[in-house]
Amino acid sequence: MGKTTTSAALAMGLAQRGHRTAVIDFDVGLRNLDLIMGCERRVVYDFVNVINGEANINQALIRDKRCDALYVLPASQTRDKDALTKDGVGRVLEELSKTFDYIVCDSPAGIEHGAHMAMYYADDAVVVTNPEVSSVRDSDRMLGILSSKSRRAERNEAPIREYLLLTRYAPERVAKGEMLSVNDVREILSLDLLGVIPESKAVLNASNSGVPVILDTESDAGQAYHDAVGRYLGEDLPHRFLEIKKKGFFSRLMGG
Amino acid sequence: MTSHPTAGADSPKPAFELKAATFTLPVIRLLGIDMDAVADQLGVKVDQAPDFFRNTPVVIDLSGLPPGAGQIEFPLLVGLMRGFGMIPVGIRGGTEEQHAAAEAMELAILGDAFVRRTPPREAASQPDPRPAPRPAASPASAVAEEGVHASQRLVTRPVRSGQRVYAPGGDLSVVAPVSHGAELMADGNIHVYGPLRGRAMAGMKGDISARIFCQDLQAELLSVAGHYRISENIPDEVKGVPVQIFLDGDVLRVEKL
Repeated sequence: MGKTTTSAALAMGLAQRGHRTAVIDFDVGLRNLDLIMGCERRVVYDFVNVINGEANINQALIRDKRCDALYVLPASQTRDKDALTKDGVGRVLEELSKTFDYIVCDSPAGIEHGAHMAMYYADDAVVVTNPEVSSVRDSDRMLGILSSKSRRAERNEAPIREYLLLTRYAPERVAKGEMLSVNDVREILSLDLLGVIPESKAVLNASNSGVPVILDTESDAGQAYHDAVGRYLGEDLPHRFLEIKKKGFFSRLMGG
Repeated sequence: MTSHPTAGADSPKPAFELKAATFTLPVIRLLGIDMDAVADQLGVKVDQAPDFFRNTPVVIDLSGLPPGAGQIEFPLLVGLMRGFGMIPVGIRGGTEEQHAAAEAMELAILGDAFVRRTPPREAASQPDPRPAPRPAASPASAVAEEGVHASQRLVTRPVRSGQRVYAPGGDLSVVAPVSHGAELMADGNIHVYGPLRGRAMAGMKGDISARIFCQDLQAELLSVAGHYRISENIPDEVKGVPVQIFLDGDVLRVEKL
């Protein structure tokens, strides 16, 4: 689906613009954020250790080597997902929010406990969806949960701000009718798009080499994530990469 | 023991009062005795509206059976209905023999003197008579945006897949899209100012004059007072245009506005 790739990219994008950013892996048992961030060999303590009081937050946070403002809080690979308690998660987020501008919570798939913990305390939520019917339907369900099961909903506060990010978008397949178009997705979910990330080999390469794809500024996916971060911060940028690419130098003239 | 103000100090407080009350119960009108066919059809109905049948008392109507249809396998039927979450409470119509068989299964024999006849196609789709089918026990939760009046409910945010909104005792207005898999319920009318892609059920307590109004009909299911239509049975020419849905006798009509 692209949630972890997106978390890594957005966190790196925010940090590159000078915001102190922490990115937390909520996928206990299947941790892979540290892999995508390229810091898996530097993990000593993890999120669950901090929740259980076995380590303090500064011991567990891993500073990114490429960007001083970015820190990673990895998930535990050996614990059960129930190790994430609502109080524990709340305490960690509370402590992080004292020193960080942005905290990016990378949610596991599905609508189970881990995902609930990742969204419960959120102010903003980025729902990552693929241009296919089942994925869009799941996102719709997730948006419903965001608006009814968060702390903001329970306290009757202003609802979580919802953003939609479409990944793995392939205009050629949309033209063939194999994928939903941007407008279809926008209409079904009645949300505006934070970004459309084109289907790209760069994403896979980036994941394999532990470099968030947003650092690959040559790639269309990297540029699309860069735009998405800009839009999130309030810039008004047109969506790119929505049309089928033309062959040859003409496409370079048109700016990709 | 405290003494009742109107009763004398030595007369005991009554343990109960005997009263009469009328209930509207769903009726399953059997048209044949093939229990496999009944099971298949029930399965489909329950899939469409699982909450209508959960712990719902149901009456089995035998008056639609062809004469000389033979014995009904009540143990099988009762087990089947319980399996789907219904509580079979009694039968109506049928022969002496069938009554005896039903009594053996501890089903009540109900008179049909003042019960209106219902055409067979719609019989099993009566709404749940429980006062408030609130989604409290279900994982899906309602959007919380109440209007000023208790009898009205206004929703201004999209109703998402898996969400249910119920307006007890009145109308429901939604000024946002209603997604596939979302459910709108109201005891009165339902108004949707946006695409209606989910389900809409008006007249939940049996108000046959309730109507559904919507600007862009793409619904999965429409129902007024338990008479329903699924998407397949909604003609294409009324899809995607402003319509109203209302009951005309026993027929659920979908008309362009």
